[in-house]
Amino acid sequence: MRRSFKISFLLIVMMICVLSGKCRAGDRFIRNSAFKGDRQIIVTFAGPVSDVWANDISNFTVNEKPDPDIMLEIEDSTLSLDKTSLVFTFKDPLNREVPHCLTLKQIIADGRSQGTATVTLRKNYLAHLFSVFLGAVLIQNFVFVKYLGLCVFLGVSQKKSTAVGMGITFTIVIVFASMLSWFLYRFVLKPYHLDFLQVIVFIGLVSLTVQGIDTVLRKVNPALFKSFGVYLVLVISSCIILAVPLMLAANDYDMFESLMLSLGAGVGFLLALFLMASVRERLELANVPTPFRGMPIAFIITGLFALSFMGFSGMSLF
Amino acid sequence: MSSSSRTNRELFINGILNENPIFRLALSMCPAVGISTTVMNGILLGIAVLFVQVFSSCTISLIRNHIHPRIRIPTYTLTIATWVTVIDLVLAAFFPTAYKSLGIFVRLIVVFCFITCRLDVFAARNRLFPSCIDALGMGCGFLLGMVVVGGVRELLGMGTLLGYNILGFRPMFFFALPAAGFFTIGFMTAAFNHMETVYNRKKSTSRGSAASGAGL
Repeated sequence: MRRSFKISFLLIVMMICVLSGKCRAGDRFIRNSAFKGDRQIIVTFAGPVSDVWANDISNFTVNEKPDPDIMLEIEDSTLSLDKTSLVFTFKDPLNREVPHCLTLKQIIADGRSQGTATVTLRKNYLAHLFSVFLGAVLIQNFVFVKYLGLCVFLGVSQKKSTAVGMGITFTIVIVFASMLSWFLYRFVLKPYHLDFLQVIVFIGLVSLTVQGIDTVLRKVNPALFKSFGVYLVLVISSCIILAVPLMLAANDYDMFESLMLSLGAGVGFLLALFLMASVRERLELANVPTPFRGMPIAFIITGLFALSFMGFSGMSLF
Repeated sequence: MSSSSRTNRELFINGILNENPIFRLALSMCPAVGISTTVMNGILLGIAVLFVQVFSSCTISLIRNHIHPRIRIPTYTLTIATWVTVIDLVLAAFFPTAYKSLGIFVRLIVVFCFITCRLDVFAARNRLFPSCIDALGMGCGFLLGMVVVGGVRELLGMGTLLGYNILGFRPMFFFALPAAGFFTIGFMTAAFNHMETVYNRKKSTSRGSAASGAGL
């Protein structure tokens, strides 16, 4: 009981930290802002604004949040007839995956200045989370597109049952491990400028997680341990388990994005293992030329999967 | 794996031929597929791996009498992680462009199985000098494997080697695609297997059990 209480307390603290960091810096006068099409941003105001102010492009600056010093070039700004919504058109298509910062200098409405406002635009957050998840499963599948975790992938994809067992164990471990490492990176390594210790800390955390899950599972559910325990040792030798925390740190993801990415990585690995195992079970009956038996044919099949997964590249849902 | 009976030369050659990490052991294939599009990438990662392998083998060999057997694997991992961090920082500082093209793989050297395997099998049981030679051999074997795969892909895909135009045309651009790494390695291992069977058939009189390259 005390243990679960501690864990839930920790989770609540994490949620509060994340949510408080996510408050949008906006202005009272701006009601809404959104992407419209590929190269337009639409801003809605609480009241009519001055058209002289609205048509002067120098009043507005837009930049992608990660690069505050690169201003995007605004081609045109058009005010709607009721003077409450303003559409910006950009020279180049916007990358809607990245949050954008829009600064409106000295908004003039009702003949007086309403002050300067900065708004952050981002895609619908849930949709964004879903696209992170789907991206990790299909578009950037860790095995077929990023070519990681191949040792384990080729080792345990002989039988469907093994593949599924490994996939599930892997997903659980990677979610735990990457959430832990995200937490440690965000609140310890980054504030104290210990970024260079990433590799050492993350690999230590991953081993700890594996050992922890091993111990807990052995005590709590011996039956489950019997069927999944074997895979736990293997998990640690997969590159993906280290690659995901490193990617989280490099991209500066927040908590839910990290959760989605790690879940996606696990599910993607499960998918890859299952697909491969299905083919390899069939392959046992096929007449493969002698020199190709074993590893070579497995590599070629993986290559075919990789080629077909290239078809997902460039796919965007939202 | 007792070293006393083997000369340094045999130790060195062992890593390159008999236990070549890429072609014989089929370990750590991820970089061999992922970034072997050019020879240069292969050389860079190979050198990084060589350094990590040599330094961690030497470290483990020096402290081998103080490691408790039960915590030996974590000790190996942390030693490797330390040296990987060193290499990572050095590459990022002195070769920023190369570092960018290698991407995440430099840091992933930590989880390359054959390095840990070498520490456990060899460096933890032998004195400094033989461990160093053994590590050099393994590192060079990996370097060689990466260069060969990278060379084949670059030559067939782009018609160049190390950026110099060799063929003047692109025979099979397919090989420059990222996914073609799997095909390259698949066909190369198949070719090695074939050569091995032919070779064994010729010498089948004395040597019965040559290790099959097909195993995991």
